[in-house]
Amino acid sequence: MDQILLQILNGLDKGGAYALIALGLTLIFGTLGVVNFAHGALFMLGAFCAVAVYQFLNLEQVTLDPDNLTPWGTPMEIRVPYIESWFGETGAAILNFAVPLSILVAIPVMLVIGITMERGLIKHFYRRPHAEQILVTFGLAIVIQEIIKVWFGANPIPIPAPALFSGSADIGAAFGFAENAISYPWWRLVYLAFSLAVIGAVFAFLQFTTFGMVVRAGMADRETVGLLGINIGKRFTIMFGIAAVVAGLAGVMYTPILPPDYHMGMDFLVLSFVVVVVGGMGSLGGAVAAGFLLGILQSFASMTEVKSIFPGIDQIIIYLVAVVILLVRPRGLMGRKGVMEG
Amino acid sequence: MSISKTGTSRRTILKGGAILGGTALAAPHLFIRRAYAADYLNAPTGSTVTFGFNVPQTGPYADEGADELRAYQLAVEHLNGEGDGGMLNTMKPTALKGNGVLGKKVEFVTGDTQTKSDAARASAKRMIEKDGAVMITGGSSSGVAVAVQSLCQEMGVIFMAGLTHSNDTTGKDKRANGFRHFFDAYMSAAALAPVLKSEYGTDRKAYHLTADYTWGWTQEESIKAATENMGWETVATVRTPLGAGDFSQYITPVLNSGADVLILNHYGKDMVNSLTQAVQFGLRDKQVNGKQFEMVVPLYSELMAQGAGENVKGILGSANWDWKLQNAGTQAFVKSFGQKYGQPPSQAAQTCYVQALLYADAAERAGSFAPCAIVDAFQGSDSLDGIDSASNKGFVFDGMGNGQTLYRAADHQCFKPVLVVRGKESPKDKYDLLEVVDEVPAKDVWYEPDNPMFAGGELGECNNGV
Amino acid sequence: MMNFLDKDNLQSDIVLIVIFTIAILTMPIWLQPFGAAYPDLMQKFAIFGIFATGFNILFGLTGYLSFGHAAFLGVGSYTAVWSFKLLGMNPLPALVLAVIAAGIFALAIGYLSLRRTGIYFSILTLAFAQMSYNLAYSVLTPITNGETGLRVLRSDPRIFDGNGSETGPLVANLFGIEMTGLSGFYFCAVVLILVSWFAIMIFRSPFGLMLKAVKTNQNRMGYTGLNTRPYALAAFIISGMYAGLAGALMCITDPLAGAERMQWTASGEVVLMTILGGAGTLMGPMLGAGLIKYFENIFSSFNESTLESVFHFLPEGMREAAISVAGLFVGEGWHLTLGLMFMIVVIFLPGGIIEGLRRLAKAVFGRKRADDTPQRGGDTAPTGH
Repeated sequence: MDQILLQILNGLDKGGAYALIALGLTLIFGTLGVVNFAHGALFMLGAFCAVAVYQFLNLEQVTLDPDNLTPWGTPMEIRVPYIESWFGETGAAILNFAVPLSILVAIPVMLVIGITMERGLIKHFYRRPHAEQILVTFGLAIVIQEIIKVWFGANPIPIPAPALFSGSADIGAAFGFAENAISYPWWRLVYLAFSLAVIGAVFAFLQFTTFGMVVRAGMADRETVGLLGINIGKRFTIMFGIAAVVAGLAGVMYTPILPPDYHMGMDFLVLSFVVVVVGGMGSLGGAVAAGFLLGILQSFASMTEVKSIFPGIDQIIIYLVAVVILLVRPRGLMGRKGVMEG
Repeated sequence: MSISKTGTSRRTILKGGAILGGTALAAPHLFIRRAYAADYLNAPTGSTVTFGFNVPQTGPYADEGADELRAYQLAVEHLNGEGDGGMLNTMKPTALKGNGVLGKKVEFVTGDTQTKSDAARASAKRMIEKDGAVMITGGSSSGVAVAVQSLCQEMGVIFMAGLTHSNDTTGKDKRANGFRHFFDAYMSAAALAPVLKSEYGTDRKAYHLTADYTWGWTQEESIKAATENMGWETVATVRTPLGAGDFSQYITPVLNSGADVLILNHYGKDMVNSLTQAVQFGLRDKQVNGKQFEMVVPLYSELMAQGAGENVKGILGSANWDWKLQNAGTQAFVKSFGQKYGQPPSQAAQTCYVQALLYADAAERAGSFAPCAIVDAFQGSDSLDGIDSASNKGFVFDGMGNGQTLYRAADHQCFKPVLVVRGKESPKDKYDLLEVVDEVPAKDVWYEPDNPMFAGGELGECNNGV
Repeated sequence: MMNFLDKDNLQSDIVLIVIFTIAILTMPIWLQPFGAAYPDLMQKFAIFGIFATGFNILFGLTGYLSFGHAAFLGVGSYTAVWSFKLLGMNPLPALVLAVIAAGIFALAIGYLSLRRTGIYFSILTLAFAQMSYNLAYSVLTPITNGETGLRVLRSDPRIFDGNGSETGPLVANLFGIEMTGLSGFYFCAVVLILVSWFAIMIFRSPFGLMLKAVKTNQNRMGYTGLNTRPYALAAFIISGMYAGLAGALMCITDPLAGAERMQWTASGEVVLMTILGGAGTLMGPMLGAGLIKYFENIFSSFNESTLESVFHFLPEGMREAAISVAGLFVGEGWHLTLGLMFMIVVIFLPGGIIEGLRRLAKAVFGRKRADDTPQRGGDTAPTGH
């Protein structure tokens, strides 16, 4: 029982990440009709916002120590983070909260990146075939990736979570389970809560603001909205920026779980497309539901009990679900009929 | 261009080409030169000799590949008599004079393996067919090493493996033209076992998470056998998909499984992620069965330790070499590497540097670059001290940073002391993440070539490529 | 376009295939200045040319964008190596069996995937291919030899030549001609010429016209009472067989089959090759394949000392700067060049490189009809949104 509950938690946690990435992707699908293969790169850029902030905060004052020599004869370096030498304890505390702080940096940065991308490139591809959209955004993803590699190297970079969230929460005890039967890392719970909050914020924004209303109307029928004299293009640009922010935030908060490297976007790209399609193309609710569903199924598929019946099932479960859903219910869990078909 | 050993088939190829439109005869000198040249493929005719460095330049191991390339460039400098000579000064015995190899200046070409067998073979072929490389070396994974090694065997050049840790490279996939200096999964397990015993006792329950591909399996098999031998119980062995990213669904079952040791048979990004996440799930601070919960990473590398950061603290593993070792060879190498690049070399760099020098030395001793002559030069009849075995025979050298080392004739595998290392509690900088716990002597990691984990392959005949 | 079988077109096809044949067979000469005239790369040009040509039959003609074609390449490879292992090193049975196996596999996947269109079809093919890859890498290791790749061993039965060639190298052998080096290239080249000719036939046939109709407007086709799916399925199977053929040739020139060949990035590569060269054109995909393979093999091999010699003419300070800038784009940075090339071609030349050549020809020869590829429908018409 406790194993199953733990796997559900794992699944929700994974699902949070999947849902966040897929949400942005399906927003772009839904609003602009663009197949964005650079979305994984946006996720990766978000993670590297955290890396940049972390490294900036950790900028070190380097003094040379002439008494100690390296094995190759140069003086050893004594490195102290500036922030610590200037602010002492407070500085150390700021360092500790590098990841949450990066959110503040990531939002404007990702917004600018997203809007620049849309204005500079994607805009010209609305009326082009999907194949060309794929090729150009894939090219862009490679370029972004390689720039990050030149700057930060190919190796993963460890980014610690704040010490406050380093332990595990004994959730089970609150529900009458034995002590420590169900304990879960604090940071992962934070991630889950964070993803739910971001998803909620996006929905609220679309549901309750005039801006959101227009965008939703535009998703349903772009031409009519345009005929009403509303500049829908401008709003779609901003939506692209918001999608980039959502992907970026997913990346920022994921860094303590998965040390980021330049290739992490590609690793998530295929998966996020599967999530979007399972949820239903252009359906925001579907993307979220599919994210959590696939996360949980993936967790269950890797249980030893399941694997002993279906060897290797954890290798293919995501794709298997996608195939079954697409064959049985072609528009995905919640998609509208006819979107992106034919 | 012909990889056959007989002259007839070379003729038939030309004939075949002629039938197909006569273009083969018009083919530029590039292809014909070799057919009529010396008695082995790519025999250097001018004043230079070309080595081929095949390392991952893109993909997850790109940084490791970059470090390997740095080491190779340093080796070439030293061979050509530039720089301070590095290990050329400490290597014994040595026939190298610092004037190139056999009087020819060493030049090199590079290629990108992408850590994929197909890409690695393609770039190796390019270096052999187009650039005239007489030896291929490098690589950062066992799949690539095995694939390139068999290619070099077929085409008839020497392959000096870089970082490859699978038992198969010199086990069931060994080849006469291939040589490995790096240690293997069996040696890791053999070296770790006594240390694990003295640190954690004999009454332990181990849980394995294993990368679901060939290297992971051999690693798991080796360490499972070694730990069970000393009385440990294996609770479970769970296979994880390569590149799983998030391992939480594999880690949570460990929490309440009753196991008190977690062995992560992962490498590269998988290892960085699974270790980071296992620590996040509180496994390092856990008490089980009244004992401190422990984690083991059988194969460590400096770059992985950098990727996992603080999470490696206190975690045991094994390594081929470490730049902090206090021997003449290591010091000479670290000095020239550090002076040139401003950072200490990784174990991947060391194994590649040593492999390049050993090849050059063998060529010098053999008086030829012919693969079969090189293979002969590595045969030797020396043996390591303190090991009573008929297979303890080959070429013995010292002063290359690992202590006395045997290139065993029977399977072209190096035998030398293996390091047991631990993640440091308070590292001075990002290059100082591991500390050496023990140097396990070669006799304790020794195995016979017909050990079941290695049996089933044959070296075969050396191939000169014409 | 209705006069697709008229004499003029037939003649220009013959001219085309003759020029093409000469160009392919003389590759060892004219590729020399590009540093690409060595057997392995020329083999790859031919093999990936076949792969992309086959992919184009599906994507270029019907508009169905498959993201799982690498699976058929992989199936072809594994079948070919198993044919070597069990039957012997003759490439012909390996070719035939690989094409059959890939065809059957394509039938199964195509039958299911073609129930959907657009991006749904793409994701279905992607999912099938990824499942094949993941399983081949792990639990199917007894059949595929997993990470290490499937190879021919001396201990294999090889019924037809197992006893005779104990000492010879284990490479494919066509009645005494070893399929490596230049002879391997010519073998691939002959196959390439044959299947390109076959592809032209398909493009020109009523069947090809039907496929184009499927691409242009499937709904309207449905209204005429015609079931388009069998046509699309036939195209899918044919292009799967082309992929299987390419996979077999990879093993014939180099008897090793690895699972990475089936990864989604490999499927993506053939998509990129096709679009880069020009989807729906006869020669475009082949050009795209050549270009990508050239980048992968040649640009990645440039290192500092190569650049040093390239920029030798520059004065000291400038040389350093030039080398460090150029170094970003070659060697370990060759992916960057590739990414930029994709972007530039798609942004400025939507029809791919063929489109660029056509424009160039137009500029040179004025308003005269100046393309050497008679296939004028070489646009990439939208598959609908």
